Amino acid sequence: MSAAILAGASITKQFDGFAALTDVDLTVGKGERVGLIGPNGSGKSTLVNCFAGIIAADSGSIVFDGADITAAPAWLRAKHGLARTYQIPRPFHGMTVQENIQVPLRFAVGHRSARVISVEAQAILDQVGLADKASRSPKVLTQVELRKLELGRALAARPKVLIADEVMAGLSDSEVDEILALLTRLNAQGITILLIEHIMRAVMMFSQRIVVIVAGRKIADGLPDDVMRQDDVERAYLGE
Amino acid sequence: MSATFESHKSSVATPLYSGLAIVLAGATLVAVALLVGSRVSEYYYLAAYTILQFIVLGTAWNILGGYGGYVNFGAAGFFAAGCYTTVVLNKLFHLPLIVDMAAAAAAAGLMGLGTGYMTLRLRGVFFAIATLAVAIVLQTVISNWSFVGGGRGVYVVRPEISGLFGTYAHFLVMLMIGLATCAVFAAWAVEKSWIGVGLAAIRDNETAAETCGVPSLRLKLIAATTSGALMGMAGAPFPYYVSYVDPATAFSLAIAVNSIAMPLVGGTTAWWGPLVGAIMLGSVQQILTVTVSSAANLFIVGVLLVVFLTVAPRGVVGIVRAWKRGSQ
Repeated sequence: MSAAILAGASITKQFDGFAALTDVDLTVGKGERVGLIGPNGSGKSTLVNCFAGIIAADSGSIVFDGADITAAPAWLRAKHGLARTYQIPRPFHGMTVQENIQVPLRFAVGHRSARVISVEAQAILDQVGLADKASRSPKVLTQVELRKLELGRALAARPKVLIADEVMAGLSDSEVDEILALLTRLNAQGITILLIEHIMRAVMMFSQRIVVIVAGRKIADGLPDDVMRQDDVERAYLGE
Repeated sequence: MSATFESHKSSVATPLYSGLAIVLAGATLVAVALLVGSRVSEYYYLAAYTILQFIVLGTAWNILGGYGGYVNFGAAGFFAAGCYTTVVLNKLFHLPLIVDMAAAAAAAGLMGLGTGYMTLRLRGVFFAIATLAVAIVLQTVISNWSFVGGGRGVYVVRPEISGLFGTYAHFLVMLMIGLATCAVFAAWAVEKSWIGVGLAAIRDNETAAETCGVPSLRLKLIAATTSGALMGMAGAPFPYYVSYVDPATAFSLAIAVNSIAMPLVGGTTAWWGPLVGAIMLGSVQQILTVTVSSAANLFIVGVLLVVFLTVAPRGVVGIVRAWKRGSQ
């Protein structure tokens, strides 16, 4: 693993007495492709929300690109290059697809010129394959197109690290391949990717390293094949 | 792709014309009022004042409620804060009304800032109820503060005016035209700037907006303060307009309802929505007050609101935009 770009140390989060995360350490190296897996309700999304600043961890620290961002608000993290997508797409319904992409270009990147913003937004739509939907409303998009819009909006923030939260859930095999190819291309461009996913085929194909969370605790962290051979991982996924 | 570029060019060019048009319209109205002078019945000035006041209130409300999606039920509280700032200043010193208005803007703006901080913890219906509570608390305080007349109300002596204006009502209308122009211009500027883009993102999905780098708290504070300050300024000349203010009038339900109904009927997503809504509802109310009865006032607002919310939930703005898309 190369130098860490995102490092969470002993992150703990409780919701009304329920321990969602207990002492979780997760480090992602610069340029790495890491898969984060775990059964439903194991705390993956809570961890992502802590990283992105949507919720505050009870204890623990988060270092991103050399800076302690534990107390930084979500928008500042996005501005510094920590982008994420949402498991359930959250488009801006009152805007066109292209205007959706313009929001991070204007705020996270800080572009001022309307022309530059428009040109760059269109380039990103080309990249994620939504160019022909630029002037449409997100309301008419299909599921896979909404996931692409989520990815496009995250990309528009010019991220150093992209946290992709179940961007492939509910998609067909060919659609999964399409998104995987896109993520691989982005990684080749130097974007570090943390992939949260249930589709094991996708995770195994994509990840250089896999982290497993069960019931709010990290139980495995290593090479995909090694991790999947671990007894407790097998139990968590396949039962006794 | 070229089509997108074209449409973006035009959408960058037109706003500048809109801003200029707002200023020119304001200047024209002032000129007309100057020319007309006291040649018409004072009633027309009083009616015009009410409509202009609602243009300011609706436009101001819309900056937070329409652009940002935070519904403020306490518009009357901000309006009354402006009113009573004038009452207090009038009792202590005798300052020009323009100074009263600046002080009212500061007081109500500060109140707006506080309301903005409430958005940290309260969203949706909870925020709306909290704003209503703020207005009720303020009304209770004013009703028990004898210096400003308490629940009995207070008489305000109109200051002398220069010979340029025929009557005091004439002067107030010109002042209100100026204020309405400023309010509409401010709403236009906010909508077309990065603040407007950010507020639109917040309205659609605040969490996603934060993830896109939108500093939501900062934008909500800007919007709430601007909105509050403008509503306070709308209230500042009111004591001189009616010369007798009591809490029941200053915190009237009609103010709170109209400030919300006018943007909703006109359309909340464009600066001209509240303007159109205020002119429509305001005129209808004035005509009905004279021809039918003053009690029909709120009744007609209610009916129009129900009709618009069911038939055209995006208001006049929505109808015009749908018609434009259809004719393309």
